[in-house]
Amino acid sequence: MLIDENGKRSDDRGIDDLRQIKITVGVVKNADGSAFIEFGKNKIIVAVYGPREVHPKHMALPDRCVLRCRYHMSPFSTDTRKNPAPSRREVEISKVIRESLEPSLILSDYPRAVIDVFVEVLQADGGSRCAGINAASVALADAGINMRDLVSACAAGRLGDNIVLDINDQEDKEGDADMPVAYLSNADQITLLQLDGRLSPTQFSECLNKAIHGCKLVYEIQKEALMKKYFGDEVELKEEV
Amino acid sequence: MSSSKRSTIIVEQLRKQQMIEALSRGKRLDGRNFESYRDLEIEIGIIDKANGSAKVKLGNTEVLAGVKVETGEPFEGLENKGALIMSAEVLPTASSHVEPGPPDEEAIELSRVVDRGVRESKMLDLDKLALIPGKIVYTIFVDCSIINSDGNLLDATSYAVVAALLTCKLPIFVVENDRVIDTGSIMPPPITTIPVSVTAVRIGDSVLLDPTMEEEACMDARITITTQSEGDLVALQKGYTGPFSVNQILRSVEIARNKGEEIRSRIKGLNGTG
Repeated sequence: MLIDENGKRSDDRGIDDLRQIKITVGVVKNADGSAFIEFGKNKIIVAVYGPREVHPKHMALPDRCVLRCRYHMSPFSTDTRKNPAPSRREVEISKVIRESLEPSLILSDYPRAVIDVFVEVLQADGGSRCAGINAASVALADAGINMRDLVSACAAGRLGDNIVLDINDQEDKEGDADMPVAYLSNADQITLLQLDGRLSPTQFSECLNKAIHGCKLVYEIQKEALMKKYFGDEVELKEEV
Repeated sequence: MSSSKRSTIIVEQLRKQQMIEALSRGKRLDGRNFESYRDLEIEIGIIDKANGSAKVKLGNTEVLAGVKVETGEPFEGLENKGALIMSAEVLPTASSHVEPGPPDEEAIELSRVVDRGVRESKMLDLDKLALIPGKIVYTIFVDCSIINSDGNLLDATSYAVVAALLTCKLPIFVVENDRVIDTGSIMPPPITTIPVSVTAVRIGDSVLLDPTMEEEACMDARITITTQSEGDLVALQKGYTGPFSVNQILRSVEIARNKGEEIRSRIKGLNGTG
């Protein structure tokens, strides 16, 4: 059973609980921006390079920056070894991650340039695309890219009759629906929405609301992580006073 | 690696202004209103060598789907189920912008979103397609060829796949002494529901169904909503680089359920003639 008689899930969470999230900013020294996220058992490192010159040059756009994104899983990140060559799943996830980040960035500020976002999943535990988006948005902020807002992502899903927040690996495989959502908190806009599994219209709107609520919780953690890197000492000083 | 790119066709500024101006008056450049589809034609059984086939024309968009049935080993973790494998290729015939080669990320997304609708709706009862659970199962390939591309490949491909699967005939296999034998008889596939996708795009504040290629070149964001026979959602995919508001999504879901029902009754009608 994915939910026991006390309403606890397989990893001891309640239906509205997020997994433990920890974001560390600036972990890859050579990158222009980077972040490491631990999202439950997910461990994902994101490095951002750019804005920089586009190679090959014909890919450059005259009026805005090109955004490139690679989502990749390390061979040791999963239960059975993952072939390191990019799978169709990774190609699709690279695309949806890029599309979820693009609305947050002011790409017209960097014409003819490129920004590369490399999302490397070191350990996967369900919800890796959401965790990757969260880290990527923080890494883009760390790189000093002009942006409208951070992108926060979180999934909600259905286990039997329960709509639950933040689906883990086991719940993804054995549950009834998984719906990842990415959200711009200030603009109240959705930049990623996918669904695998069956939801009635009422379950869908409950699921969407729950996922957005999760995104807002993640947003606070993202802001804290950035504050800690750039204003770490000052924040502590204020508390002392 | 996924990369932002120029839209496949470049719409002249003047044409784009015309489109946006028409949309502000509630009209589209081809005269349709926002929630109407282009003419939909579905033809089945056109490839004799396939176990099932369908050609869908949605306006000028034309897609062919073929089903081939074999036996093989089950997927890991799904030992007691038949295997379903889907692919889509945008043929070089489809437009002057297509170059032959391995599928790009859009073709991969296309086949994965169509696959998701069929798989998550449990359209085919794959539990009934295991010959020797854990060892030998039916392997059902659905391959799609986009012959002409004029927007909304997602829905056209989805309808072609669903029509081909719905009307296909499975060979009856038996296993004797660990060898698979084709009995020469056929059976209908174990169908439980009919998934129907409905794709909407947002251009500015207007949300339109069944976009043409020209409209897709001007779109800000896209959403594909797949419902099953009881009107429940089974798959969603937001695409392209712009966002949607929550209200736009909730409204699109309502529209997709109604429109999906309308299209589903067209697809259901095929079975009698198949």
